[in-house]
Amino acid sequence: MASRAAKAVGRNVLRKEGHAKVTGAARYIDDLTFPGLLHARTIRSTIPAGQIAKVRFKGDRAGFTLVDHHDIPGRNIVALIDDDQPCLAERAIRHVAEPILLLVHEDREKLRAAEVQIDYRPSTPNYDPETSAIAFKSIAIDKGNVDEGFAAADVIVDGEYRTGLQEQLYIETNGVIAVPGHGVAGGDDGITVYGSMQCPYYVHRALMILLGLPAEQVRVIQTETGGGFGGKEEYPSMIAGHAALAALKTGRPVKLVYDRVEDMLATTKRHPSIIRHRTGVTRDGRLTAMDIDAVLDGGAYATLSAVVLSRGMIHAAGPYRCDHVRIRGRATMTNTPPNGAFRGFGAPQTQFAADVHMDRIAERLGLDPVRVREINALRPGDTTATGQRLGADSSALRVLREAVKRTDFKKRRRALASSNGPAEAGRHTPARGIGLSLFFHGSGFTGAGEVKLASKASLALTGRGARIHVASTEIGQGTRTMLAQIVADALGVPYEHIDVNAADTGEVPDSGPTVASRTCMIVGRILQRCAEEMRGRLGSLTPRQYLRKFGPLTITKQYERPAGMVWDDTLYKGDAYGSYGWGCDVVEVEVDRDTFEVKATAFTTVHEIGKAIHPTLALGQIEGGSAQGLGYALLEDVVMRDGRMTNATLTNYIIPTSLDTPPMKVVLLENPYPHGPSGAKGVGEMPIDGPAPAVINALRHAGFDLREIPATPEKIMAVAS
Amino acid sequence: MQSSISRLTLFQPSSLDEALTMLRDEGPLAPMAGCTDLFVALNFGTLAETRFLDLWQLDALKTIEERDGALSIGALATHTDLIRSSLVRRRLPMLAAAAREIGGVQIQNRGTLGGNVANASPAGDTLPVLAAADATVVLRNAGGTRRVPFTAFYTGYRQTVRRPDELIVSFDIAPVRGRQAFRKVGTRAAQAISKVVMAVVAGEAPRIAIGSVAPTVVRARRTEAALAAGASIAEAQRLLVEEIAPIDDIRSTAAYRRRVTASLLAHLLAPRSS
Repeated sequence: MASRAAKAVGRNVLRKEGHAKVTGAARYIDDLTFPGLLHARTIRSTIPAGQIAKVRFKGDRAGFTLVDHHDIPGRNIVALIDDDQPCLAERAIRHVAEPILLLVHEDREKLRAAEVQIDYRPSTPNYDPETSAIAFKSIAIDKGNVDEGFAAADVIVDGEYRTGLQEQLYIETNGVIAVPGHGVAGGDDGITVYGSMQCPYYVHRALMILLGLPAEQVRVIQTETGGGFGGKEEYPSMIAGHAALAALKTGRPVKLVYDRVEDMLATTKRHPSIIRHRTGVTRDGRLTAMDIDAVLDGGAYATLSAVVLSRGMIHAAGPYRCDHVRIRGRATMTNTPPNGAFRGFGAPQTQFAADVHMDRIAERLGLDPVRVREINALRPGDTTATGQRLGADSSALRVLREAVKRTDFKKRRRALASSNGPAEAGRHTPARGIGLSLFFHGSGFTGAGEVKLASKASLALTGRGARIHVASTEIGQGTRTMLAQIVADALGVPYEHIDVNAADTGEVPDSGPTVASRTCMIVGRILQRCAEEMRGRLGSLTPRQYLRKFGPLTITKQYERPAGMVWDDTLYKGDAYGSYGWGCDVVEVEVDRDTFEVKATAFTTVHEIGKAIHPTLALGQIEGGSAQGLGYALLEDVVMRDGRMTNATLTNYIIPTSLDTPPMKVVLLENPYPHGPSGAKGVGEMPIDGPAPAVINALRHAGFDLREIPATPEKIMAVAS
Repeated sequence: MQSSISRLTLFQPSSLDEALTMLRDEGPLAPMAGCTDLFVALNFGTLAETRFLDLWQLDALKTIEERDGALSIGALATHTDLIRSSLVRRRLPMLAAAAREIGGVQIQNRGTLGGNVANASPAGDTLPVLAAADATVVLRNAGGTRRVPFTAFYTGYRQTVRRPDELIVSFDIAPVRGRQAFRKVGTRAAQAISKVVMAVVAGEAPRIAIGSVAPTVVRARRTEAALAAGASIAEAQRLLVEEIAPIDDIRSTAAYRRRVTASLLAHLLAPRSS
């Protein structure tokens, strides 16, 4: 092929949809309308546990359509992993805000004013994940023999750590529009659903099962999506089901868009956790045994708890080497709205515990926090808790040393410690501290997950280049841009000549869900292979010449497991992930001695992500994820009373503003993964793993010994002298 | 979910007299100005009132001036107006400080001093300032004007002495003698609702007012008297925590509010506190 394009990978090219977003031309779900559009409203349970006794619509029913479980033509479930969650409750209620019925009307105002009276027979709810009798999933990981490991220890260090709920708080709330008819080749049967979502094929499958429709009669089209953070991984299957039932019953398009309060009350959040560590260590700082026990609060239904637990447990020992490891984890049921996917997916909880515990080990041994991590950090050739032997693409020591050097950590730590001194009466200078955290994050689905997904991606030749066909969604993180960069270079055409098709199940193959930091590394690599083959087929022809001579050309490829990658899902042993990203955060804090308010004053993070396809976008992921992690550490507190979130507004659910966020220094390191496109690994989730343990370690250095997040001023006061 | 808005009625007077006539003849009406509190209730679906009187256009109530030696602030002066007024910054710097910490710029442009007072939330950030300044609330109805000491304006949680046919038209504040100090402790660095908010006038006759620690803003008379009589800070702190009645709520705890109230007193009374 003749054109010699400038390389796109590694360059900060313009975002594919950037112009439309900046000018306001981009249209989100609530901007769209259809002729004859109706609106829907969800009527939800107000009790955490019990039975529905009676449902009564109050007032004038003219113009209203009511939809309940009797209107479901297929199975009344939100199909995901376990089929335990009804799309509309029939009799049993397991949590507050459980959907019971839908009201449909053409006037949103009439919907708002409508009243439905529901009588219940309440039963006793359980809110304690530790005493819950129902476990959605239990996982055991064993390496070596912990008894031997403890026998070899000089010191044993115990610790118990807790993390709270966190709301994803995407800026665009959940919303869909369902339109009768699947539209492909003028199809009047079936259903089309447009919506804000991460995983069109999850919604596609859930709708087939709910509606009893064949695959070709269900079409799901992602609209421009204002953020997800995991919160639009599984929940859109629920809301799409509701709108689809209403559209099929009325024969008209139905819009269902949540307001912020409903979105916060009803949709999934990050799993709270209780994690206990018992660690054997030699006097010189070497880990001999790690015994870890974790409970995640799954909420009322299984949703994705099993896989959140899986990722959490695989990361539970942190990026540290130890010959004898025992990890036990379970995700249990409580009578609260189901918890689900959220950036990090179990790893932020378990690595919080692991890295706060590491500072306690250092303190017990009289070692500094850097030294204890240097001794134990995983090196290439070491094995993880699941026995995965790490390759040359492992960078724990490198990120640690880079972060220590960049922040002059040891000197800073001494300087801040001596600036504190004993508190004097009337002293108003803040207490100061510095802490660090070392973390890693597996890219892609866990274990055999990618093999099971068997993702497909397609590339279609166009007159000027190619069009990407994937179900991987742009949700603000840069999917379209990054994939187009990879394809442009592999095909040898300018970035601007690559188009990206809408994520429309009627037009694109199933490239898997947009989750698990997998889109670049997994889907990007499949597309790169498509582009390489296309380039070979073109030979010396331009795309236009080829089309004229041979007609249309589409190349579809499927995920291929890298040679030698082995996973045993029964024993939880083997290569849990194709590769890992590595990170080290350093944070400085000031604590007001009068009010216990914490200000993070400096933040440095070193991230090794294989290759930054688009450095500005990668930086954006790291800065945003770090800010969200600081919120998780200090501010974000879901206040639950009687199974209901009581602060479900932006007024009272506190996320960091720019004034709460310190200046951030981000250092990108690149250590290529041989099976990623241009060496790239995942980047989306890892940034949220580090801030919480670094902040808690810094607070401890400042004199406040906490074991729980969020570290609100009220909790800090409780441990203050 | 959001309250239905099609059932709401709005009256839009073009003068204060017309507004007072509407209140008398069409009442009960809920006065509204910047709507910064009202829209929160609307969006949360808890808006109880259905009939409203829109005061936003009544420019006569936006004046900030010196009158007979007192500072007079119109009820519709926005937080931005308070921040920008050199008169307020000179005579009542703690009010400018409070206004700066309310919401973000958009809220400061819409929210009014009269609205903050009339909304009667114990967490209102300007309330401790007006209490510590011994402000007077000027109320008017179609029949005339009455003046109520700010410290007598609230009768209970979200309860005031304003009668249904009255509007708050202005606040009068006599010269404040002593050093003024203000501190808000919110749930984050900005755009937050107060967990504890305190205004102090330090001097021979100290005045201390605290918000978010009782059903209404608290003026700590016993603590003030003790300090005037020469009590130590520690004694004053002990008395002060007895004068407040904080609770646990979604933003904080009673224990935190008690301890921080005591700490802030020492902090704000200390000379040249930061």
